[in-house]
Amino acid sequence: MSGRAPAALEAEALTRVYGEGETRVVAMRDVSLRVAAGEVVALLGPSGSGKSTFLTTVGLINPPTAGRVAIGGVRVLDGPRALTDLRAFRRRQLGFVFQKSNLIPFLTARENVQVALELDGTSGRRARAAAHALLEELGVGDRAEHLPAELSGGQQQRVAVARAIANRPALILADEPTAALDGPRGRQVMELFRRIARERGAAAVVVTHDHRALDVFDRTYEMEDGALRPASPPPAPEPGPSPSLTPA
Amino acid sequence: MNLAVRDIRHNAGRFLLTCLGVGLLLMMVMGMGGIYRGIVEDATLLVDRIGADVWVVQRDTRGPFAEQSRVAPSLRDRVATVPGVTAAREFLFHTIQRERRGAPLRLAVVGLSWPDDRGAWGPLLAGRHLAQGHYELIADRSLGLELGEALHLGRETYRVVGITSGMVASGGDGVAFVTVGDARAIQLDLAAEAVRAERAARVARAARDELPAQAPALLERASAPAGELPAVEGRTLTAVLATVSPGRTAAAVRTIASWGDVSAFDAEGQRALLLGGSVAKVRLQIGLFRTLLTVIATIVMALILYTLTLDKLHSIALLKLIGAPNRVILGLILEQALLIGAAGYAVAYAAGSWLFPRFPRRVILAGDDLAQLALIVLAISLVASLLGIAKALRVAPAEALA
Repeated sequence: MSGRAPAALEAEALTRVYGEGETRVVAMRDVSLRVAAGEVVALLGPSGSGKSTFLTTVGLINPPTAGRVAIGGVRVLDGPRALTDLRAFRRRQLGFVFQKSNLIPFLTARENVQVALELDGTSGRRARAAAHALLEELGVGDRAEHLPAELSGGQQQRVAVARAIANRPALILADEPTAALDGPRGRQVMELFRRIARERGAAAVVVTHDHRALDVFDRTYEMEDGALRPASPPPAPEPGPSPSLTPA
Repeated sequence: MNLAVRDIRHNAGRFLLTCLGVGLLLMMVMGMGGIYRGIVEDATLLVDRIGADVWVVQRDTRGPFAEQSRVAPSLRDRVATVPGVTAAREFLFHTIQRERRGAPLRLAVVGLSWPDDRGAWGPLLAGRHLAQGHYELIADRSLGLELGEALHLGRETYRVVGITSGMVASGGDGVAFVTVGDARAIQLDLAAEAVRAERAARVARAARDELPAQAPALLERASAPAGELPAVEGRTLTAVLATVSPGRTAAAVRTIASWGDVSAFDAEGQRALLLGGSVAKVRLQIGLFRTLLTVIATIVMALILYTLTLDKLHSIALLKLIGAPNRVILGLILEQALLIGAAGYAVAYAAGSWLFPRFPRRVILAGDDLAQLALIVLAISLVASLLGIAKALRVAPAEALA
């Protein structure tokens, strides 16, 4: 690991190999990435290039075969070996947003956010108020008491974002969060990540296929055959209205 | 936040149906215990209520309830002379089946020692106790007789003067209390033609003997009613009941048992006879059946909880992904198991309380049995949730991404 100020994410020489012998597949090879707090990074690449493997590895779900991971300055993985309680660490330092909103179907929008807060030790009443405030902030406060099935795709994704940032994580990991949304709503979600990263000092790594919103990101990377390389610089943003957080 | 309750709220209909199913199954378990308790209560009811300290029956029999017993009426006078005995009563017990309004009517006839015993120890719902030596009857409510109703038994008519509640014999038949004399008349309810034939046979036997030729009056006496002929009369009792001064029961039992022609039991001995015989087999049978139902209930609950867990696997994986510790997952399943168990128990109790009184035999939901079943349900819930918990703990957080 470097001697610079602690990064939100510091992945070093990550390699993930599945199977052995003839069935051996290298899903990720020697990938290193450093993301500073407040930075928003996009990860591009075709299906099967290793993007999701990278995301689940730094998300402490899928251990690497080799390499190291530090989050918020804390070393958590050394090869496949966990250096801390990964589940507790995920709870406090990581926020996840997926292609599908992945909300718990039997909890309302507010409860989906509240449960993340309560799992981290916030008392019921405070968690309830904080969850409601967060949903208001993301423009879905009026849908707080609705079940996920009663929300639109964009509203569900906002609730998922609210849950991801509820515990003020150091790192937000998003896997194609706009895949189920139309263009304008997809862009709104991407801009939401940038705003949250700026305001809350969290870093975000977003896997996306949506090239229309790449200008939102600070840096863009491409993955191919399990290797990571910087992508071409994003085009300059077109002049237009400032990012909107109005409900989808 | 209680995740178990939130999940139940989301699937309220299915949860209610599940509880109803589990509840009806538990009602069966509850009913089995209640049936056994009812059989024990019925078997020992008369012994407990009648208030006798010593039961004197035919030698080497287990009478009067566990098996037939016949003792002479004079036994009462002998028992009354035993030191410590303060009172001795006649007791006659038998079961008859007649027809009433086209339906079978089974009566456990208890003959009371008139006039000392008028059935005052039996709780009355309506009417009064016996007030005359003949043709009056106190009936248990389960017989369906009405106060003031006239009941034809044999050649006599008996009027229902009192209605009791919960007075049944060990076989479950409702008790009809009459005097010993009436009970015997009902028992020896011979048709007129049978009486005539029996007298004719008696006279014919006597005529073949030489004795009537030497004493002609004997032949004339042979045609008299049986009750007037000590040599042929069939007046017997099933038992004599003795009331004994406090602390002298054991001595009285020893004294009476030493006579050689009768056996004597104290009240506890009489209870043991009843519970150690046919009731013991019933107890074993019901106990095994109850155990079987408990195992079935456990398996059914386990399958239900396992299915409920399978439906939630994605949510469980998601909870793990966002950092939920295992105790939260475990609590979710365990709390649902306990809620289903508790709701099932409530359904079982409510349904049983409504249904069991309509059963032909008594089903008693005793406090001890209910508490025991509550513990069994708690154990069932815990055991049944293990399968679901094991499945849930094996779910990987990565499955939330699938």
